Amino acid sequence: MKEPDTVPAGKPAGRSLTRRQRAKLVRGAQYGVLLAAAAAVGLLADWGEVKDAFFNLDVAGDQFPDVITTALVNTVTYTALGFAFGLGLGLLLALMKLSSVAPNRWLATAYIELFRGVPALLVFIALGYGVPLAFQVNINLLVTTMLALGLVGAAYMAETIRAGIQAVPKGQVEAARSLGMSQTRAMITIVIPQAFRIVLPPLTNELILLTKDSSLVYVLGLTVDEQELTKFGRDALNDNLSLTPILVAGLCYLIITIPLGQLVRRLEAKAAKAR
Amino acid sequence: MSTLDKAADKAAPQAPAISVEGLHKSFGDLEVLGGIDLTVGRGEVVCVIGPSGSGKSTLLRCVNMLEEPSAGRISVAGAEVTDPDVDIDRVRRRIGMVFQSFNLFPHLTALDNLTIAQRRVLRRSRSEAEKVARANLVRVGLTDKEKSYPAQLSGGQQQRVAIARALSMEPELMLFDEPTSALDPELVGDVLAVMRHLADEGMTMLVVTHEMSFAREVADRVVFMDEGAIVEEGAPEQVIGNPQHRRTRTFLARVLDPAAAEVAEL
Repeated sequence: MKEPDTVPAGKPAGRSLTRRQRAKLVRGAQYGVLLAAAAAVGLLADWGEVKDAFFNLDVAGDQFPDVITTALVNTVTYTALGFAFGLGLGLLLALMKLSSVAPNRWLATAYIELFRGVPALLVFIALGYGVPLAFQVNINLLVTTMLALGLVGAAYMAETIRAGIQAVPKGQVEAARSLGMSQTRAMITIVIPQAFRIVLPPLTNELILLTKDSSLVYVLGLTVDEQELTKFGRDALNDNLSLTPILVAGLCYLIITIPLGQLVRRLEAKAAKAR
Repeated sequence: MSTLDKAADKAAPQAPAISVEGLHKSFGDLEVLGGIDLTVGRGEVVCVIGPSGSGKSTLLRCVNMLEEPSAGRISVAGAEVTDPDVDIDRVRRRIGMVFQSFNLFPHLTALDNLTIAQRRVLRRSRSEAEKVARANLVRVGLTDKEKSYPAQLSGGQQQRVAIARALSMEPELMLFDEPTSALDPELVGDVLAVMRHLADEGMTMLVVTHEMSFAREVADRVVFMDEGAIVEEGAPEQVIGNPQHRRTRTFLARVLDPAAAEVAEL
């Protein structure tokens, strides 16, 4: 830190700092810490090893096109199915939580507490192994995945959607009812569309979380064609004895999640315009 | 159709637009309306005035059952809305309502705000609903705004769209709940002009308002309410021009000339 050449007029000279000087000092300290951390990583890590392990271009090249055509496509498919089912169930649970019939509220609360409280992995195992055993049925992998991801996602989405519905001003329902709409009609035509606009950002976060949870599908046992990004990366890691496929898989997740983040921002801007 | 229904149909044209008998409304321990009797004839324009908290808005909201009365009977256009067996949604189609805060649907364009209930409630086709909607946008002077979202309109424009939305249901009567109270002063005139025009067309109107000049010029009858009761009612020149009750005089003095009223109170 350089001392200022002149002390501003009216400010006491000596040890006490002006506000601007103090802000400068705080900012300087933060840059210092960041630089020190970067230097530590740069000096202490074995960059040759890191390059071999993560950035082996030959291994990376070998992952294509399967990492896209199979793994990425499967991740998107599993997530989309789970999200669609979870959204529907979440909306139903949200409406149950707002119901004037008490048992509806109890059921919804119990469901949400249960599925929010247990790890998604347990739900996958229960559905993948427990249900076929109990009912002597074989459920298709896509259906199992859709149910498992959806059941978990619904618990989170229900609370989000409920908050969204409650955030729609009461005057909206009054206006709809005064035009002759029934309670149900007003809910479907006026309240729910506005509620979804309100909860679009948190719902998209939910979608991003589900994208990552879709990796749990591995416990069901996957054929090569059914592999999603994480399983694909792990298998390729074993085959190549290199961590590079993990990096490739990680980048593929970002291909999904970063545009989703951008989408939220666009939708938020549009919603702000219509509000 | 039973003979009873026929009798009701025949009686309907003679029945008043609104008939309120012994209306009580309490929120918990707080009594907001303490026995209101009011009749509004067909084609009549009635303005309800009074200090805030006097129960005017609650009275209006009871007429289309947005508030459930604690006691009393209300009939609108021959249908008793306080009857628990009446299909209130059917009756509400015939009652237009305009709110202080507009309550336009922010996710729909102006045109869609006008068509949504026509299509979903009256089951009109889109083209038919849009025809009616455009005609009503002309009526309120907003033909060029049909593609705008409510947030893109000024308060006065929003309120005129809200009036057009109510009119698109082709109601038999209109309720106005302080329609200009949320507006900037320079935007009040446009909304009042639309309401004046409606009154001239013979629309039955029950208007809760603080606009004394509107009440004086447009109303057939003015009702002054205070503390949940009707204190005084009659022709505007009588109630506003020559009030009989002290409470009416105090209120009018405050509304018409706030500065002078304060001096008088000192």
